[in-house]
Amino acid sequence: MTDTGFRPLGRQGMAARAARDIPEGWYVNLGIGIPTLIADHIPAEREVVIHSENGVLGVGPAPETHKANPWLVNASTHRVSIRPGGSFVHHADSFAMVRGGHLDLCVLGGFQVAENGDLANWAHSATEAGRQIGGAMDLAVGAKQVWVVMEHTTKDAGARILERCTYPLTAARCVTRVYTSLAVLEVTPRGFVVIDMVPGLSFEALQAQSGARLHRA
Amino acid sequence: MIDKFVRSMAEAMNGIADGATVLVAGFGDVGSPNALLEGLIEQGATDLTLVVNSAGRVRKPGQPAQGAVARLIEMGRVRKVITSFVRANSVAGEWVKAGRMEAEVVPQGTLAERIRAAGAGIPAFFTPTGADTLVAEGKEVRDYDGRRCILERALPGDVALIDAWMADRWGNLVFRDSGRNFNPIMAMAGRLTIVQTPHVCDLGQIEANGVVTPGIFVDRVLRVPVHEPALPE
Repeated sequence: MTDTGFRPLGRQGMAARAARDIPEGWYVNLGIGIPTLIADHIPAEREVVIHSENGVLGVGPAPETHKANPWLVNASTHRVSIRPGGSFVHHADSFAMVRGGHLDLCVLGGFQVAENGDLANWAHSATEAGRQIGGAMDLAVGAKQVWVVMEHTTKDAGARILERCTYPLTAARCVTRVYTSLAVLEVTPRGFVVIDMVPGLSFEALQAQSGARLHRA
Repeated sequence: MIDKFVRSMAEAMNGIADGATVLVAGFGDVGSPNALLEGLIEQGATDLTLVVNSAGRVRKPGQPAQGAVARLIEMGRVRKVITSFVRANSVAGEWVKAGRMEAEVVPQGTLAERIRAAGAGIPAFFTPTGADTLVAEGKEVRDYDGRRCILERALPGDVALIDAWMADRWGNLVFRDSGRNFNPIMAMAGRLTIVQTPHVCDLGQIEANGVVTPGIFVDRVLRVPVHEPALPE
C-alpha cells in the first residue's frame, strides 16, 4: 500500500459526513450509537424532523441538565427536548410511521453490509444469550432510504463490507448507502459503488479493506 | 355511577391469576407502571408471561436485581417474556441462558402492532418486518406486492398494567410526553386493565378533544405518588 496521508473518520467525522447529505424537509430516524450524533451536525436553519421510535416526532437537542424533562426521552432513553411543531404518539402509531413507509430515511449502526443490501446489526450469532432486536428490523424494512454508518473494518481489521453477511440478518436487501470511516458507498444493482473517499486514500487501498468488489462511480 | 377508582393496591391487584399474561407498559423508566409492579410482587401471582419492551437492565456484578421486572424473574415467577430486548448481562439474560425462563424476542414495531391488533380485534396480520431473518422461523410466509411477509399473531393480555399522568372516574386517561409509549395500546389489549396515576380530576376536566385513552379501555384506576423517571445508566 502506498497510501500514507489519509486519516480515517472518527465517530463525529462519520456523523458529520452523513449529516451533509440529509436534505431539508426529510423525516429521519437516527439509530442508537453514531447515528444519534448526526443530529448535532445538521445546521439549525435546515429543517429536518427527527423521529424517535418511542413516540416522539420532532426531537430537539439535548437540554441543559437543570432544564431536562425526565418524561421526555429518545430511543436510547436519554433526555431530549421537543421542537415547536413536534408531537407525541403511542408506540403503534410511532411504528406506523416506520412500517407504513412514511420516514424518508433511517440511519442505523451496522456490523456487516452485503453488496445486495443485506444488513446485519443486531447479533453476532444465532445463539448468543442477549437478543436485542429493538426497532432495527422495522426501520430497515420500512424507511424509504436506509443508510448505515459504521467503521469500515472490525477492530482486528476484518471486513464489514461483504459479498454476503455472516451474522444473523436484520433485514434483506434494505441498505441503500453506507457511510464508513473511509468512504461513502452506494448499494446498486451492480454492487457497491464508491461515491466518496477520505482524502489521500486510493481506490485500491479501499478495495483491499473490503470483502466485496467495489466499483468506481 | 361509574367509578373506576380503587382504594387500595390489594383491590387493584385482586384476581390476577397464576399463569396470567401481563402486559407491562413503559419505555425504560418512562411511563412504566412501577407502583403496580410492586403490587404484583406483593400479590403473589406466579407462572406469569410478561409482555414488556425491555426485559431489564444490565446487572452490575455483585449487585441485586434492579427494577420490578428483573425482581419478578429472579423470584422465579416468570415463565416467559415476550420482548424486543433481552440483554446478555441482565437477570433475564442469565435466566434464559440457564434454561430457566423462555424468551420470545420480537421486533419492537411487531410487538406494538401485535398488541394494537389484539385491542382492535385483529387475530393476525402479515408484515415484511422480520422476513428472511431468525424472527421468521416457524412462521407462515406469503408474498404481497412482491415483498415477502410473515404472519404475526395478536398479543392480548389477561392483565395490562398502565401508567397515566391523569385520570377521571370514567377511566379517561392522558399521558405525559414520551410516557405515552405502550400505554394506550396495552390499555386496549388488556382483558383487565389496571391504571396507576398521580393525578385525578373530575369528569369533563380532561376535555373530550384531549382524551388519549377513553375509559372504555380501562377497568381500575389507583392513585399513586408522582414518580420521576430515573436516568438511564
